[in-house]
Amino acid sequence: MLDHNTTLSIFAKLDALAGGLFLLSAFGMVAMRQVLAYLNLFALQSVLLASSAFVLGYQYESNHLIAVAGITLVVKAVLITWLLRRTIDREVYARREISQALNIPSSLLIAMVLTIIVYFVSSPLLSFASDPTIKFNLPIGMAGLLIGAYVVTVRREAVPQVIGILSMENGAFFAGISIASSLPLIAELAAAFDVLIIALVMGLLTRRIHERVGTTAVGKMVSLREE
Amino acid sequence: MELIIILVIALLAAGLSLIPVGKKLAPAITNIGTLAIFLLSLRVAFVAIKSAEVVALKNWVACDSLGAIILLLVAFVGLTASIFSWGYVEKRVAVNNPYKIRRYYALYNLFLFSMLAIPMLSNIALVWIAVGLTTVSSVFLVAFDNTSESLEAAWKYIILTSMGAAFALLGVLILYWGLNTVGHGPFTWAELVKLSPGIPGDILKTAFIFILIGLGTKAGLVPFHTWLPDAYSQAPAPVCALLSIAESTTVLYVILRMQPILQGAAGNYAGVWFIVFGLISVGVAAFLIIQVKDLKRLFAFSTIEHMGIILVAAGIGGPAAWYAATLQIVSHALAKSFAFFATGSSLMATGNQDIASVRGLIRTSPVSAVSLAVAGLAIAGAPPFAVFLSEFSILKAGLTSGQYIASGLLAFFIVIAFWGVMYHINRMVFGRPEPGSKGIPLRASNITALLLAGAPIVLLGLFLPGPFNKLVHLASILLGR
Repeated sequence: MLDHNTTLSIFAKLDALAGGLFLLSAFGMVAMRQVLAYLNLFALQSVLLASSAFVLGYQYESNHLIAVAGITLVVKAVLITWLLRRTIDREVYARREISQALNIPSSLLIAMVLTIIVYFVSSPLLSFASDPTIKFNLPIGMAGLLIGAYVVTVRREAVPQVIGILSMENGAFFAGISIASSLPLIAELAAAFDVLIIALVMGLLTRRIHERVGTTAVGKMVSLREE
Repeated sequence: MELIIILVIALLAAGLSLIPVGKKLAPAITNIGTLAIFLLSLRVAFVAIKSAEVVALKNWVACDSLGAIILLLVAFVGLTASIFSWGYVEKRVAVNNPYKIRRYYALYNLFLFSMLAIPMLSNIALVWIAVGLTTVSSVFLVAFDNTSESLEAAWKYIILTSMGAAFALLGVLILYWGLNTVGHGPFTWAELVKLSPGIPGDILKTAFIFILIGLGTKAGLVPFHTWLPDAYSQAPAPVCALLSIAESTTVLYVILRMQPILQGAAGNYAGVWFIVFGLISVGVAAFLIIQVKDLKRLFAFSTIEHMGIILVAAGIGGPAAWYAATLQIVSHALAKSFAFFATGSSLMATGNQDIASVRGLIRTSPVSAVSLAVAGLAIAGAPPFAVFLSEFSILKAGLTSGQYIASGLLAFFIVIAFWGVMYHINRMVFGRPEPGSKGIPLRASNITALLLAGAPIVLLGLFLPGPFNKLVHLASILLGR
């Protein structure tokens, strides 16, 4: 993907490191079994998203991106993690989730295939990239989105599904900080607020399901369907 | 200025509904609020006919004629559904529970607020946020009954639509990237349409596909529709009327806005995607209508069918087809809200939404039987109702523009859906009533809502008033370049 003739600045290298770790954390979510570890991995992924935004912001002297890094850190790594812990019963987090539509090795394989597909899909776009960091952030973000979608589809527990969705959004934002770095701050703030509300609503809904139905294995709720 | 006032009224009504005084205050506030919103939207629509755009805050909050039509529809359904809610919620959803009634109306107004925001926001990033807000504000309305089925429906609803929202988010961001490759204008619909010929086609196409998949999930396009019949079957009937407008019509409006942007770039592949996606939705929904066992699911599949019809019409392209598509948006929204009020009435009359156990409604509750029959005919597209007129113009536009296969398939699926809807409704309305089936008598508010919502579907089928026709015409121009 990269043109090796251009030397990369130290910032671009740092951004690439954050990107690599971001992708690794997405794979980690596919492989993880314990519910609590999921939440911690999500917090880590959000920190990586924030650090990529910070590196890009520092490189281009964009206060706007540094503000985005701050918002991400506060809302995603701290507030959402705290909210999900508060709203959902502790017993849920200690659970080791075994039941999954596909086993973990084949899931990892699928995640890998998804990543390769993303590189194929995004390669025509990368020729328009005015900046080397887009070449890291766009495909990695897109891969994070698709792997997150895969996690939501195969997991049967409520909390991993919620975190899968939040990691999908992380993926979209990871691409966004490089390709749409000048998005108005009001939109960034509103988007962070929106994600926060979604996490809160999903947390509350999970709690209600836990209280009312007695389980958080939402994949097993199948009373509504076509006969 | 009207636009800002509309949003403020909706938010205020949400807050005031929570005042803990009895069970009459919240519905009264909501009724007054939605009436004011409707009158203001009517004013916005009239201004939009005269001048091209109603601007409240340049590049942020503004409403052109296409936006004005959607705004007017949301406001109208918001009004009739709030009138219908008065009797329905008190007697069926939250019996003798003032706290629950207040909570219902607070959520109702919040939901209405997020829907009203979609057509009047110019900045596309903010439109995405408003679409996200419609989900979070309606999920507890879907789960309002708090049964395990309604929680299941709410869960599927929020998970699937949030997945879609994440896809759409990446699409929106890529679109913004595309805009920035040709300049640093504001991120608005008008600016994108203006500059799209200069944006690289690959970027636009990728953005379009992500947005189509993402928002298509929320609009209920097949194969991302699975949450929709579940959510509709569990939500209270007036909420279904709103869902059918919000989740589907306003989100579809956002998808349709993409078409003029893409036409600037290269060819009309947006049209091809629209026709393929639309036909799949219409076809699958038409066959699923035949096998339904639940009245609300029947109308849910009918919503999917109509979203498909609108998408096909927009994809066929050309002024005649776009005019017909806009007309179809209006006639479907009006007929579908009426259909859900009729469903609610028959639910109140029989206490049962299972199609097989309701028979001979005409003897037990003539009002709901007649409205159900009218709703079935109106939504299936029998003359002289508005849906017939718009579906007929779509097929005519398709044939004159040479899209014989698409028009033929569309006509075939529409006929199947017509037969499916009428087969079920016929059995419910006529036939021998089950002995001992007892329900709650309809309230004056229910009948008022039925009359209010029913009047335009008949009137618009017979004749289109001049200003309204002009508005539809102006809006249809915005669907193309």
